[in-house]
Formats: sequence, C-alpha cells, structure tokens
Amino acid sequence: MKVGVLQFPGTCDEVDALLAAERAVGAGNAELLWHRDRDLKGVDAIVVPGGFSYGDYLRAGAIAALSPAMESVAAFARDGGPVLGICNGFQVLCEAGLLPGTMLMNPSRRFNFRQVELEVVVADTAWTRAARPGQRLSIPAKHQTGRWYAPDALLQEVRANDQVVFTYAQDDRPNGSTANVAGVTNAGRNVVGLMPHPEHATDPLTGSADGLVLFRSPLEAAGVA
Amino acid sequence: MSPDPVPAVVPAPRDLAADATPIGDAPGIEQARALGLTDAEYALVTEKLGREPVQVELAMFSLMWSEHCAYKHSKKLLVTLPTEGPAMVLGPGENAGAVDVGDGWTVAFKVESHNHPSAVEPFQGAATGVGGILRDIFALGARPIAVLDALRFGDVDATDENGDPTPGAVRSRFLLDGAVRGIGHYGNSIGVPNIGGDVYFEDPYETNCLVNAMALGLLRRERLTLSAATGVGNVVVLFGASTGADGIGGASVLASAELGDDDADKRPTVQVGDPFEESKLVECTLELLERELLVSVQDLGAAGLTSSASEMASKGEVGLDLDVALVPRRQSGLEPFEVMVSESQERMLCIVTPERLDEVIAITDKWDVHGTAIGVVTDTRRFRVFDGDDLVGDMPVPALVDDCPLYDIFPEKPAGGPASIYPAPQARLARDASSTDALLALLSSANIADRRPLFEQYDPVVQSRTVKRPGEAAAAVLQVPGPAGRRAVVGGLAGPTDVAAESDPDRAIPGVGVSIDGSGRRVAADPYAGTLWNVLECASNLACVGAEPLGLTNNLNFGNPEKPHIAWQLTESVRGLGDGCRAVGAPVVGGNVSLYNEGTTGPIFPTPVVGIVGKVPDVRRAVGTGFVRDGDVVARVGAFVPQLGLSEIARLEGRDLPDGLPDWNVDRIVEGIVAVREAVRAGSLSSATDIAEGGLLVALAEAAIAGGRGARVTVEPADGDDPERTALFGEAPGGFVVTGSRDALAALAESVPVAILGEVGGDRLTVDAAGETIDVSLGDLADAHGALARHFG
Repeated sequence: MKVGVLQFPGTCDEVDALLAAERAVGAGNAELLWHRDRDLKGVDAIVVPGGFSYGDYLRAGAIAALSPAMESVAAFARDGGPVLGICNGFQVLCEAGLLPGTMLMNPSRRFNFRQVELEVVVADTAWTRAARPGQRLSIPAKHQTGRWYAPDALLQEVRANDQVVFTYAQDDRPNGSTANVAGVTNAGRNVVGLMPHPEHATDPLTGSADGLVLFRSPLEAAGVA
Repeated sequence: MSPDPVPAVVPAPRDLAADATPIGDAPGIEQARALGLTDAEYALVTEKLGREPVQVELAMFSLMWSEHCAYKHSKKLLVTLPTEGPAMVLGPGENAGAVDVGDGWTVAFKVESHNHPSAVEPFQGAATGVGGILRDIFALGARPIAVLDALRFGDVDATDENGDPTPGAVRSRFLLDGAVRGIGHYGNSIGVPNIGGDVYFEDPYETNCLVNAMALGLLRRERLTLSAATGVGNVVVLFGASTGADGIGGASVLASAELGDDDADKRPTVQVGDPFEESKLVECTLELLERELLVSVQDLGAAGLTSSASEMASKGEVGLDLDVALVPRRQSGLEPFEVMVSESQERMLCIVTPERLDEVIAITDKWDVHGTAIGVVTDTRRFRVFDGDDLVGDMPVPALVDDCPLYDIFPEKPAGGPASIYPAPQARLARDASSTDALLALLSSANIADRRPLFEQYDPVVQSRTVKRPGEAAAAVLQVPGPAGRRAVVGGLAGPTDVAAESDPDRAIPGVGVSIDGSGRRVAADPYAGTLWNVLECASNLACVGAEPLGLTNNLNFGNPEKPHIAWQLTESVRGLGDGCRAVGAPVVGGNVSLYNEGTTGPIFPTPVVGIVGKVPDVRRAVGTGFVRDGDVVARVGAFVPQLGLSEIARLEGRDLPDGLPDWNVDRIVEGIVAVREAVRAGSLSSATDIAEGGLLVALAEAAIAGGRGARVTVEPADGDDPERTALFGEAPGGFVVTGSRDALAALAESVPVAILGEVGGDRLTVDAAGETIDVSLGDLADAHGALARHFG
C-alpha cells in the first residue's frame, strides 16, 4: 500500500505525516504530492496534512481547496479512495465540500497546544477500522481555528448518519466545538478529518503511539493487515 | 517549475571612467550627525572616499558604522571569549555558529535580540525577531529545527495603593501578551517547534523589554554554506519578498525624516513579518543548496541589502555592482538609498554562476519567491550602486565593512553599589511570613509560576524530534537527526527517512539538549559572578537531561556603554562569560550584542543571555523534572552554598540588591554538574532538576507538581545568619534535586556531595525544617503555581 501526503506552500506537518504513514505501512511506502500536480502517482490513500497552507490567507484551507492537486483528491474521494485530513487538512477538506461543517476560531482566539484525550465514536470508517468504538487516544492538538461548527440541521444529519468519528473525551472542551466533535467522516465513510494530530502520536518516545491506529486502518480496509 | 521559462538577463559589470563619481550632492555633516555618525567618523568616511559621501553612501556608512553592525563598543571585549573546542565547526563571524553532533550531522545555532521593535510593537517585533534568527540558520544551509526564547518584561504584578495594577504593570502585560502571540504566530506558522525559553519580570525592563530568540538548525556538514561572494562575473540574485519602505529607521540609526522626506515620519519603523513567505524561503533555499546551485547565500536582516551585500563582498574580497532599479518593489517612489537600507523581511541574497542562473530562477519560481538578478561580482573591491544607468554610490568595500573605528569603553564600578542604580522592588511578602506562606508566595510569583500559559501557545512537536517538551525537563531534548533522517534537511523534503531503523528497539537514539538562561538580577548585583552563574545554570539544566555542552551562544543585553557604570557591567560580564565558558567546556559559537537598552526609568538589568547546545548520546535516558516513583529517595546534590542576599524571596520582601555575590568553588560546582550528567547518562536517576529561583523548597515543590506525587523530606539548616531560611530559600549555582534508588544516590555520593532528604510518596509535600513543618497538598501547590494564567484572558 502506498500513501500520498499532500504538500502545499505553508504546509508544516508533512514530514510528520510521512513518518506516521511509513510507520504504519512500511518504510518507503509514503511520498509527497505537490499541490500543482494533478497526478496522484497511483497512491492508495491520501493524507492532507497540517500546517498553514497558503498562509491561511482568506480562510484556513480556502485557497488550498482550489489547488490542482485537490481536484484530483476530490475525484479520488468520490471514487471511494481513503482520504485523511489533519488539522489544516481537515479545514481544506471542509472547504472543498468533502466533509461536513466548518471551522471557527477557538473561543480564546489563541493558538493552543495540548495533549488531548480523543474518544473513537465509530470504527467503520476507512481511518478507524483498526480501532474500536469507545477507545481513548492520547493525541496532541494544536490550532487556533479548530472549533468545528455545524448548524443544528446539519448536526442532526451528521449524527443521524453516524458521521461523528472522534469527540474530545475530557470534560473541559478544548476548543468549544459543536457537540465536542473532534473529527467527522463523509457519507461514504472513506474521508475523515480531525483537528488533533495523530501523526504526532506514532512513537512513545515523543509522547504517544496512540495515533498509529488511524494510519493502520487503510491497511485493514485493503485486507493487507 | 514555470512551464515556459524566459532566460534571465545576466547583468554585466559597468564600464566607467576611472574618475566617475556618483551623481547628486553630499547631504553634509548635519545629516551625518542626525544619522548617528560622529564628526570624527564623518571625517574618516570623507577621507576614505576622497570626497564627502552622497546620499546613498551616507545612508550605507551610517548603518555599517552603527553599533548594531560594527560592534564598535563591544568588539574589543568579545575577542577575549573562548571560541575553540573539539566540536566546533563554525565559530563567530558567519550568520550563525555550528557544532558537530556526530555521524556527519551538524547543528547550527544562534541567539539574537529584537528588543526595541518589541517594545514599540510587541507582536510584530517578536514575530520578526523569530523570522530573522531563522533566516540566519537556513542561510547556512541548515533546516531550522527549533526555537527558544528569552523574554524580559516589567513587573506584571505591581499594584498601587488601592491594590489595582499600576500603569507599568498594565503595559508589561500588554507587551508580554503581544510578544508571546508574535513568537507563536511566526514559529507555529512556519513549522519550527518552540521547545523552551525563560521569562523574567523585573522593574528595570518596564520601558525596555527584551525579546531574544534562539534558533537551531540541522544540516549535513558537507552542506555548510558560507556567505562570501566569490567569482568575478557571478550574478547577485535577490529572492523572497519584494522591497518596501518598512523597517527604514527600525533596527538602525537611520531616521528617514531627517533625510528630508516629508512623508517618512508616517512610515512604520517596525518591520512586518510574513511567516508564509519565510516558509517558502526555507524550502527554496534548502532546495537550491541541495541541488548545488549557489556559490553562497546570505539573509537580509538589519540594514537590509547594504549589510548583506557588503559583508558578502568583504568576505569574498571582491567588489559588487548592484542596480537598485532591478530590485522588485512593493511600492513606488522609493529612493535608491531607501532600497539599499530597507529592512523588508523574508528576503535572501545569493551568488550564482551565470550558467546556473536560469535554473536558480526556476527553483525560486517553483516556491513563489521569485528571484531577480540585481548585480554582478567585480574585481574592483568597490561597492558600486546604480539606479539604471546612473551611478549613485561608489565605496571601497573594506571602508564600509572593516574601517569603522572601534572604541574603548571606560568602566567604573558605581560608588553606591547596584542599589544606587536599581531601586528596591515592591515588597509583597512580610519578612516574618511563615515558610509555608513564603513557599506559596514564591510559587505564585511571576518569576517562578508555571510557564504553561505561555508555552501552550507554541507548537513544540512539529518535525517529530521533541523528546522532552517545555515544562517536562530542566532542558529541552531533541532526537537528532530524528526519524526523518536525511530527508529532514532537504528542501521540499525529498529523500529517504530512517523509519526502517526503528525496528531495532535497543539502538541508542542520539540527540541534543538545549537550554537558554540569563537572569539579569544576579548580574546587576555582581556582573562577573552573576554572568558566571548564568553559564553554570545553563550547563546544570543540560546535565539534568544528560547533555554535555558542545557550544554556547550569547546575547549581551546592556544599557549605554558610554556610561562608566554600564561599561563596568559589560566588561565584568564578558569576563564572567569567558570564565564560565571555559569552566563548563562550552566555546562561544557566536552571538549578538544589544546596547543602549535604557528606558525612561533608567538602564535595564545587565542581561547576558546564554544558550547552550549539548550532546545527548541516548535521548531515551533523559529524565524529567517531576518525581516518578513512590519510594524513590530524594536528594540534594552538588557543591551548593545557598545565600539569601540575591534570592527570589529577598525580591518578594522588597530588599535592595546586594553589592556583590559570594565566591564559589567553581571547580567543585562543575564536578557536580558532570556527576549528575553522567548519572543521567547511565540511566541511574529517576528525575533531576537544578535548584534555581526560590531555592530548594521551590525545586522540591516543582518536582512534586510536575510528577503528581508528594514527598516527605527533612531539610537541615544551612550556614549563615538565618540558617533555616537559607536552607529552604537560599540560592546559588551548583545545586540539584534528584531522585533515584538508594544505591544510585550512594554511587553518586562517591563523586559529589549528596544530602539525602527523604522519600517520594503521597499527595502532599511535607518538609521538616528545624522545628517548622511545611505541609501542603499537591493541589494547593499546583494552584499557586498556576498564577500566570490570569495574564492571558
């Protein structure tokens, strides 16, 4: 299995996403995809990583959503290909209309870094298949514009379709997101986005390995694991 | 890559008559004075040119001969610092220094100040301070891998007679908030982790805050790139942001208004940073170097094109012809001198062979930091500035770069001692307060309280190297090169990772420990001993994570050196710095000097900030600050002779600074540092932290809070006038609080003084101290320690 990691100007966490993918699917099996290229190089899964694509100008993720590479990613997603958006990547996927909801600034209006506890809500998505519902994951979150928001009607729809994939497990609601949502999936359950950074939780030496389960999940889907 | 590249035009050297002189009139001596040149310096410039300087030349000389660029009051002192060591790869004089960390890997690092811009506009001042130091790092060909910062503000807790914050405290909170946001904005957005730093709040910084930023970069040694312009006929290429009027009169002495420009006083003098532009600049520069397309490269910092181009020419012993008409502008109407001195951010200058020019331009286009050929290397050793066909400046490069006069300073110890310069701080703790009350007051005081409200605004983990995050250990720990391996240092991040090697669980994982330290209070009391203490403290922090110093960078923040007492502080401090470096085996790789830090209330505390990078053979052995295991023995370790005269508790009691610090046995202190480092490296300790502000009791409390475990300990009285209080709250270099097994501490006691204090356990810190018992729950300790959060609403 090969994993592609998108790189926009201003992307920050692409090397971390590469490492996470390689740890899950084997060294040498992940590569960068350049934002101007429509060619996805035949990868089997795509990670849209964190950072500040295009400087977050206009709105976080708004410009990246219009890039040539994202046109191909959208087509890949429509065909059922597994796509994971992390932080800025989640913002990009929302802006591209591949995931429901939108992101607002944290109530503190500050960038905030902290290790958060995530709860896996559903395990029938392309990126949580290796996890179990109710599983707790210790993963860092770091963002200023990470407060997932959905109006009531959309929230009801998302809930009705079991599209909430992750919630923040602790009581203090790190960023004030609607219904404490940390990550969602699309109707096809192949596209997942979340604000916390599972790629920064793939080695106990640097804090936790709880995030590896996401990167292993596409392998299970492919019947490799 | 551009689909349809148009070949770039290679600028040709201009053919000028031997007696050609620049057009325009000389602005004259009045303007030279306004720009900060003395009459004697102006006369010397005139002598070097054989005529009075025209406008471009005057602007360039006034900058290159400023304190900021020429170090004219400090250079004679700086040459006394040790710069040789076994790990030294690159010493002072280039964009940053560099040390060898093994296996062909090199770590470049440097600290720099951005004090005055931050005092004027803290968000952009601090942000561009980070941007500037990062450019110094990747100009060497190194990928920036970490930022640390040293911040100094006025007292944020000062209150008036009604108990309300004083105007000074309100101002200091504003500066603190803005600087922290600015540092976070730049570092977070560019994907470089912020892994540590320190912050102090003291009255003398109220109107002149300090923002010092340190950066580390990683490169393969063979990629190390210097800044010398060489090769007559080679092309000078500017890439990155376009040039505007921002920053004119910023870090430099140049005030545009005094050059007669009517609108100039409306221009901002603080530069505005764009981390997105810089993130592209990093990748572009590293890709250009990876492809071996550059002869040399240099960033544009203070004094803009003037400084970077003339220094490149000086190092290469060549001349340059630059055409300001070719420089891409972000606004119209810029005069040639403004283009030459603009401090617009996020720009780089490189030297390219004519054959490689098109390739270089194509790579810069790929990263949207479009390169432009603006000049050519000549054999004239003259810096000639053209505006199209017009010659507007013509100066010998050595005159610009090397011929600024160096000045002696005239040190004189102030007759009234430090208390005659620095008023006593506001008292906020009764001198007869109980030890429990004193402990809680110390934990909640701004200089000691938990720094989490600051560092949680920074990203500490990006790039996957961070093994000890801020607040977890006495020093930050990075695995180096880290799992991204060679891939990590390549522009655009092509190349293999080292993930395959991770299948061996027993392999050692090498890395570095880093700390930045620099209390000004102790240096104000005794510039020599206080500076030595700062170096010892930094090395002690490194020892706690098993790091052995490889090199040191320093930022000397002082007042006006033309005043005798400041000259004395500076002279004694540099002497202490040199002795400290020799004592801990950390040669100076480079640094920065920031003088004239005086606000409306007098000079700042003399503040030599030191940052040390040390080698950690196996980062898995690095330990944290906090207690980790019930039943572990708690011990005080090291040649530690505490005293109360210069202590945080004395500050809270509103006492004057002492005049001088005691003599310490530095050899014994260093033996303790080495012993702790070796014990950590051997894996025999559970936790380690140095005893710093607040003394032993605060160190114990912080270890308990960090570990979420209590302890029961007994503290014997110390020597001195107030033996109990001195033992609990006294401060000095060389002390550690460590935990481990009884056997491990017995082994440590063979090489260094070890006082067994008690055992880890429970959820309270209970201290028996000569008849007084301090007994506080972890929750109450943590509540007191969380006090800084109130300043970040």
